[in-house]
Amino acid sequence: MSRDASKLVAAASGPWEVVIGLEVHAQVTSAAKLFSGAATAFGAAPNAQVSLVDAAMPGMLPVINRVCVEQAVKTGLGLAAEINRVSVFDRKNYFYPDLPAGYQISQYKQPIVGKGRLLIDLADGTTREVGITRLHLEQDAGKSLHDQHPRHSYVDLNRAGVALMEIVSEPDMRSAEEAGAYLRKLRAILRYLGTCDGNMEEGSLRADVNVSVRRPGEGYGTRCEIKNVNSIRFVQQAIDYEAKRQIALIEDGGSVKQQTRLFDSRTGSTREMRSKEEAHDYRYFPDPDLLPLELSEAFISGLSASLPELPDAKKARFMRELALNAYDASVLVAEKETADYFEALAQGRDAKVAANWLTGDLFGHLNRLGKGIADSPVSAARLGELLDLLTAGSISGRAAKDVLAEMVDSGQSAKAIVETKGLTQVSDSDAIEGLIDEVIAGNADKVGQYRAGKEPLLGWFVGQVMKASRGKANPALANELLRKKLAS
Amino acid sequence: MPANKPSEIDTATVRRIARLARIAVKDAELPALAKELGGILAWVAVLDEVDTAAVAPMASVHDEVLRWREDRVTDGGYSADIVANAPAQEAGFFAVPKVVE
Repeated sequence: MSRDASKLVAAASGPWEVVIGLEVHAQVTSAAKLFSGAATAFGAAPNAQVSLVDAAMPGMLPVINRVCVEQAVKTGLGLAAEINRVSVFDRKNYFYPDLPAGYQISQYKQPIVGKGRLLIDLADGTTREVGITRLHLEQDAGKSLHDQHPRHSYVDLNRAGVALMEIVSEPDMRSAEEAGAYLRKLRAILRYLGTCDGNMEEGSLRADVNVSVRRPGEGYGTRCEIKNVNSIRFVQQAIDYEAKRQIALIEDGGSVKQQTRLFDSRTGSTREMRSKEEAHDYRYFPDPDLLPLELSEAFISGLSASLPELPDAKKARFMRELALNAYDASVLVAEKETADYFEALAQGRDAKVAANWLTGDLFGHLNRLGKGIADSPVSAARLGELLDLLTAGSISGRAAKDVLAEMVDSGQSAKAIVETKGLTQVSDSDAIEGLIDEVIAGNADKVGQYRAGKEPLLGWFVGQVMKASRGKANPALANELLRKKLAS
Repeated sequence: MPANKPSEIDTATVRRIARLARIAVKDAELPALAKELGGILAWVAVLDEVDTAAVAPMASVHDEVLRWREDRVTDGGYSADIVANAPAQEAGFFAVPKVVE
């Protein structure tokens, strides 16, 4: 697809192109599990959220959770994908201690969602389309803890049976940057839809990364799959490491072996996963405990009508109706919370000013505090008050920045801070003229120089007046009045 | 879909499936099992005589629709029962021989 030379990796023998596809496991937001009535909440005591179905006790039968089906369909609609009216659940067979049934209920040949697409937003403000191959529903496995005991692994089945959406992309990405943009955009769409909380620390979103390299224009090379990478930064590190490893292998006269690999976040490297060598024969077959999943047109159209405005549509609206540029608009829509905050802030105010104060000043403070917009100490209503004071000329731009810093630290309102600190901007001509007269009287030499043609001195005079007013004089007004007085 | 030929099952295949199913099979048992499995496949292969060219593949023979449940927490909260049959348990977890990647 992309022939952008800047994305190619230079090597001794010439340039290489990196080809990346991602399989993302997204935990479905639901109260109960995919096929049982046990809870999905994070952080419960071990095995406290396990039903006999999840523990694979004999005679237990799975019954599908309506909301999990709805969430998968909504996600499919959000990815502009085909929704399959009939899909089938299969058993994927393998043995591992955290998989009590000896198989995972998944979807193989007939997934619930087929081909779709996703637009990624790149740093230079451009967008690019990445194909979605499919989305299917499946059960999560339990969790194994290997570091609690010298000879034992501990198994907690609370996660076993929780619904996952496996979202598979086409091998359309060509750099770590694009893979990062894909994950950020996918996470944003899931969060806008409310179908997955996107929390990577708690494992709600994990990625398997397929990487191969080729000469530009040639067919696909042999790929390696890096399993279960749980942060966007790690995905990008794993891609860079893996691409270098494969290029070095080939340049040394060797060849890439198709492998499953693990990413080690401590070293930033990948290594072969030994246990997977012979395990690729999953012997899928339709689960005899479950009938095909059939969706009616009414079910799908009902969900379609309930979809919220998604990031791309919101971005287009911000550009069209609020005249924001592509970069600002994509920053504002990247997180649902940011977009909501911005819309509340921009209501009845200048959108560009609101965008600048939000993404420049407030984001700066939030970064400093290590907080997200959702935990912002300054609400949109409070920041709005500050902008109103600024627009009304009650405070100067310089003072407004100080007031915001104070608001972030103290939680007080802009008005209260402006009043207690006496920061109200002086826009009264008489008061400012008084200050100007003092400055002119005290600096006869500079006045002489200015009048003799040294006009750049005007800035110095403005500075003196501002100083005399302790920063409160309206600088535009001071400038204008000074010009008149000095000319006379 | 092309009809599958009833294939001969060799001992290596039996060894591989036994390994995948975690069933311990002695080498001496392999030839007899290969013959039995081959017989089962040959028996099922009779179905290949039916012309299914115009029939959609089916995942179930039941003339019913899948039942759905509402998204409500109705189960769980009995961790002691869940691990009760485990050969070993510690602090509410199943304890299994160490499996480390």
